[in-house]
Amino acid sequence: MSESTSLRERPREILSGNEAIARGAFEAGVRVAAAYPGTPSTEILESLTQYAGVYTEWSPNEKVALEVVAGAAYAGARALAAMKHVGVNVAADPLFTLSYTGLRGGLVLISADDPELHSSQNEQDNRHYARHAKVPMLEPGDSQEAKDFVRLAFRLSEKFDTPVMVRTTTRVSHSKTAVILGEPEDVEDQRGIEKNPAKLVMLPANARRRHPIIEQRMSALAQLAETIEINRIEAGDPELGIITAGISYQYAREAFPRASILKLGMVYPLPSRMIRKFAGSVRQLMVVEELDPFLEEQIKALGIHVEGKEYISICGELNADHVERGIKKALGEPLPDIQSRPVEGLPVRPPNMCPGCPHRGLFYVLHKLKLFVAGDIGCYTMAFLPPLSAIDTCLCMGAGISHAMGMSKALGDAAQGKVVAVIGDSTFYHSGMTGLLNVAYNKGAATVIILDNSSTAMTGSQENPGTGFTLSGEPTVRADMEGLARSMGINRVRVVSPYQLSETEHVVREEIAVPEPSVIISRAPCVLLKSNRVLSGVPQSVDEDTCRGCKQCLSIGCPALEWKAEEGYTAEGKKRKGRSFINPLLCVGCDVCGQICTFGAIRRPQDSAEA
Amino acid sequence: MRVTNVLMAGVGGQGIIMASDILSRLMLIAGLDVKKSEVHGMAQRGGSVTCHVRFGPHVFSPLIKQGEVDILMAFEKMEALRYLYYLRTGARVLLNDLEISPPSVCLGKESYPGGIPDLIHERGMRLLMIPGLTLARQAGNIRAANVVLLGVLSTWLDVEEGYWTEAIESSFPRRLVSINLEAFRLGRAAGIQAS
Repeated sequence: MSESTSLRERPREILSGNEAIARGAFEAGVRVAAAYPGTPSTEILESLTQYAGVYTEWSPNEKVALEVVAGAAYAGARALAAMKHVGVNVAADPLFTLSYTGLRGGLVLISADDPELHSSQNEQDNRHYARHAKVPMLEPGDSQEAKDFVRLAFRLSEKFDTPVMVRTTTRVSHSKTAVILGEPEDVEDQRGIEKNPAKLVMLPANARRRHPIIEQRMSALAQLAETIEINRIEAGDPELGIITAGISYQYAREAFPRASILKLGMVYPLPSRMIRKFAGSVRQLMVVEELDPFLEEQIKALGIHVEGKEYISICGELNADHVERGIKKALGEPLPDIQSRPVEGLPVRPPNMCPGCPHRGLFYVLHKLKLFVAGDIGCYTMAFLPPLSAIDTCLCMGAGISHAMGMSKALGDAAQGKVVAVIGDSTFYHSGMTGLLNVAYNKGAATVIILDNSSTAMTGSQENPGTGFTLSGEPTVRADMEGLARSMGINRVRVVSPYQLSETEHVVREEIAVPEPSVIISRAPCVLLKSNRVLSGVPQSVDEDTCRGCKQCLSIGCPALEWKAEEGYTAEGKKRKGRSFINPLLCVGCDVCGQICTFGAIRRPQDSAEA
Repeated sequence: MRVTNVLMAGVGGQGIIMASDILSRLMLIAGLDVKKSEVHGMAQRGGSVTCHVRFGPHVFSPLIKQGEVDILMAFEKMEALRYLYYLRTGARVLLNDLEISPPSVCLGKESYPGGIPDLIHERGMRLLMIPGLTLARQAGNIRAANVVLLGVLSTWLDVEEGYWTEAIESSFPRRLVSINLEAFRLGRAAGIQAS
C-alpha cells in the first residue's frame, strides 16, 4: 500500500481543538496528565481521560497540576498539563524553574488563552510566558494542527530538554474541524528513578550553572525555527506579505486569499533569517496577531519595517472582517462597504444562574442585608447582575477571603458586620484555603461563606476534592470542609441550606455580628447534577386569585419567573397592574420565590404535587 | 463550489450545539471540509448562543464574515433579529415559531419585539417559519425541535438523505434515534411542503 493511499484511508473525524490536543497527547504516548478545569481548556483532560493507559487527574489547582506532571517527566514519562491563561499565572512559579531543570520524559504545557474574555477575568496574552520563562511555544490554528503540534511538542521537549508550551485560544480550543487521526507512536519507555541533583535541585549554585545552558538551548531552538516544517512561507502576491500564526492565519487567509504569508507554527523563539527573507520578498509587510504585538515587536527589533497594531486592534478577538479592514486601511485601499446594521434596542440575554440554583437564596439574603460581598470566581460571580447585585469584587481565584481580611484590617470596627467573603467549594480547595488559614492565623474577623454545591459548576460540573469522585469517575476520599476550617483555627463553623431563607438570614446575621473569624457553609448540590438531587423537580405555580402583581418574587432574578402586564383584580378584589407567572418548563420547585411572597400566592412544591 | 455559511442562533438549552454538531458530521460524511464554531459566553442555560457552520472544498476561518451568512437557522424569534446583519441579501431564514422572554422582559422592564417576520422580509431575506415545538411534540419529544429544524434545512442543501440519516443515527444514544429520525422526517416534510 502506498503512503498516499494509506493516508486517504485513515479515519477523518471532526474534533474540537481540545479533543485534538488530547488525541495528539494520546498518539504521543502521554502517561500522566493533570489540570484544573478552566474555560477554554477544560475539555482537554475530559477527553484525555477516555484513552486507556493515561493517568489523568483534576488537581486542586494549576500549580499542583504542573508540579505533578513535572514529577512524572522527571521519572521519564511523557506528561501534559493543561490550563486556561490565568491558570498559568498560578503555575508560573514551577514553570520558570522547570525551564532550568528540564526533564527526562517530554513535558507539554497547554495554555488556553481567551481573547474577547468569553469566560475570563482578563485578556492576557500568554505568548509572553514563553519568552519570560525561556521555553519554546507552538501555536496551532485548527484541530489538525492542534493534534500534530502536541505530538511535535513532546519530541522537541525531549530533544531540547525543555518544557514546551502549546498555546491555543478559545477559537481554536472550541472550534471543531476535520482531523486525520494518526497511530499511537512507538515511544521508548524510559521510566525509572534516576538521581541527578545537579540538574534537579535548584539551589543557587546549581541553578547558576543551569542558566547558560538554558540560553544555549534557546539559541539552538532559534536555529531549529529556521527549518522546522511548521514555520512556512506561502508565496503569493508580493504586494502584500503577512506574518501570522494560530487562528489569525485563518482570518488572514480568508480575507486575503492571494497574499504572501509567513505562517509561524512556532511563535517562540522566532526564525530571524526566515523573517528577513520573507520581509525582503514583499512590498507591504503586516503582522496579523491577536492581543499583544508579540511578534511585531520582536520583528521590529530585528530592524524590519512592519505594520501591525496600528491597524489591528490589541483588544478582543480578531475575525476576517477585522483583519480585512485593518490591512486595507494600512494599504490605503477603500474599506469594504458594509450596509447592514444590527437591529437596535433588542433586549439582551445576559448569563444567569439556573432556575433552582442553590446560590440564589444565599445571595438574596446577602442583598437584603446590604453587605459588601468580597467575591470570587465561579457561577456565583453572576450574582453581580441585577436584581441580586450582591457581588462587590472579583479579582482572581481565592482572592475574596483575603479581600475581606484586608478590608477588615484597614477599616477596623467600621467593617464589623458589613463585609463577608463568598467562595465556591472548588475555588476554596484551589486557593481559598491559604487565605482562610491567614484569617485565622493573623486574627482576622472575616465571615467567610463557602458555597458548597459539590461541583466545579462553572466549567461544566467537574469533580473536585470535596465531591468524593476523581476525574475518571472513581470513588475517592472526600475532603472534610468543616474539619479543615476548624483545624486552621476557625472556631465558628456553621452549615446552612440556602433553600431555607430565614434560617440562612439568621445564621448570617449572627456570624457577621461576632468579632472573630467564622465560616458559613452554604450547602446544597448544583441543580445540574444528575445524582444527589434534593429538589422535587415539580414545578410550582402562581395562584391567579391571590397574586397582587407586586413583583416581589422577581427580586431573586429567577429565569422561571415572568411578570406580565394585565390589569385586573385578585379574588379579594385588590386591583393589580399585572401578575407573575412561573414557567413550568424551567421551574424545578426550589421554593425560594414561595418563601418571599408575602401574600402566599406561590403554591409550594408539595401543594403543586398534590394538585 | 464555494463555501456555504450556516448561522444557528437561539437560547442556551435549545439543542443548538447538538444541531451544529450533526450538521458538521453530515458534511464530513459527505466528504467536504467543515469548520464549526460556537459562541455562548458563560451561560449554561438561558443566554444567547450562536454556532457558525461553514463547509465547502476548503474552509479557513471558523467564523462567518459579516454579510456572508447564506442560511440563518433561528431557534428563537428575537435571536433571529439579533443576527440579521450577518446575512447576505437574499439569504434564507428558517425561523422557529417560538418566543422566549429574556430577563428584562420577565421583569416587566422591556417588551418582547413584535413584527419579527415583517422585519426579516423588509431586509430582503427569504423567510420560512416553522412550528418546531409542535412538530417535535408530534415526533415524541419537544426537545427534538432542533432536529425538526435540521429536517427543514435538509431540503435547502444538496446532500443525500441517507447521509443525514447516518449523521443523526451516529449523534444520539440508541433509545433516542427513532424519535429524532421522526423529528427529521416531519421537518423535511414541512420543508418540502413549503417549497
